[in-house]
Amino acid sequence: MQNNQIITNIVRFIVLMLIQVIVLNHINFIGYVNPYAYLIFILLFPFDASKTLLIFLSFLLGLSIDLFSDSGGVHAAACVLVGFLRPGILKFSFGVSYQYNAIKLNKVTFKERLLYITLMVIIHHFVLFSLEIFSPSHIVLILKSTLFSGIFSMLLILCILLLFKTKEN
Amino acid sequence: MFALLFIISFILTLESHSYHNSKLISSTNFFSAKVYAVTSNITEYFDLKEQNKILLEQNNMLLKYQANTNASISQNPLDSILSKNFEFTGARVINNVYSKTNNNITIDKGYNDSLEVDMGVITSKGIVGIINKTSGKYARIQSVLNTKSQVNAQLKKSKHFGFLTWNTKNPNTVQLTEIPKLAPIAIGDTIITGGNSAIFPKGILVGRVANYTIENNDSYTVDVSLFNDMTNLSHVFVIKNQNKQEIIQLQSSKDAE
Repeated sequence: MQNNQIITNIVRFIVLMLIQVIVLNHINFIGYVNPYAYLIFILLFPFDASKTLLIFLSFLLGLSIDLFSDSGGVHAAACVLVGFLRPGILKFSFGVSYQYNAIKLNKVTFKERLLYITLMVIIHHFVLFSLEIFSPSHIVLILKSTLFSGIFSMLLILCILLLFKTKEN
Repeated sequence: MFALLFIISFILTLESHSYHNSKLISSTNFFSAKVYAVTSNITEYFDLKEQNKILLEQNNMLLKYQANTNASISQNPLDSILSKNFEFTGARVINNVYSKTNNNITIDKGYNDSLEVDMGVITSKGIVGIINKTSGKYARIQSVLNTKSQVNAQLKKSKHFGFLTWNTKNPNTVQLTEIPKLAPIAIGDTIITGGNSAIFPKGILVGRVANYTIENNDSYTVDVSLFNDMTNLSHVFVIKNQNKQEIIQLQSSKDAE
């Protein structure tokens, strides 16, 4: 990673975390739907950087969200899992070549980008709500939360990515 | 690396589900509590009008109470002894969550203000929850909107008691379970806290009966719509029971009358 990449990522980490805990955790659209936009950090983390570093930073990000929302380790677990699965999902969405010709997220086709974001968001949310609710008898609630929050998060993430397109070269 | 971190977070999750107060990760730590204190300092200005109205209502109620009870204090010394056993500490809510299944509230007073775990928390309108963790300057409340919460409550008119639980569906409605089928119950009845725990004094308002169903065994499950708006909390009172042992005795003797 280059220097400015490191700084961008540190700033992104802190800003996304604060936005999440101060604003987004309190939206409660129709009672319980909250978007989890901090996932952008994991989505945008340089594709060529070390996987171990990504997993570790995902853990830190999740843990800091947990610190604020009194939720044990649910965000940390969900983040670590998507951080771990990201290379596979990247390969699945953008083809095998993603490692070699440094793909930029805003240069791929919309379809590929949507597939990538959808997969990451759905996996993250499903793990998150399963662990948070933590009871098999509430499976309907888990799926409902995953679906609604997932759609909300996806829309928000797409909007944020569009807004900051020029900055994320 | 992945496995290790995943297991760590999984253990933290398990711990938060099994304990009624998770000790490791909580919003009463210095950093996140500070951030919440700063943000609530800013956001509470947007809500001042509403909070003023609530305080005015409470003043009104207290004045009315004072005017009506002034004369009778000397006649009934038990009342004044009772009231000395409870001390109230005002605190400000700095973080309020009500959209999850296990909700916690953070307030800006902690053990430096001699708050302890297992103290009850109310507002002027009704019950809020029970403190389940304290740090120096902050405390965390297990809200009644928490599937682990079980507060003793009763019907105001008949003393049949049950336990307040929450089915996670609506932040304005909690469930009162295990009310015996014999109890005379009607929609609109008032629910108050029972005196069976030393956490809440008897008679703190909880809510109104909105609906009730008969469970397969011989008890009612009652939907109680809360007097408190749990989505809009700003000032709360922590109840400090000076002498838990004594109050239990006092209350049981009162029940026997």
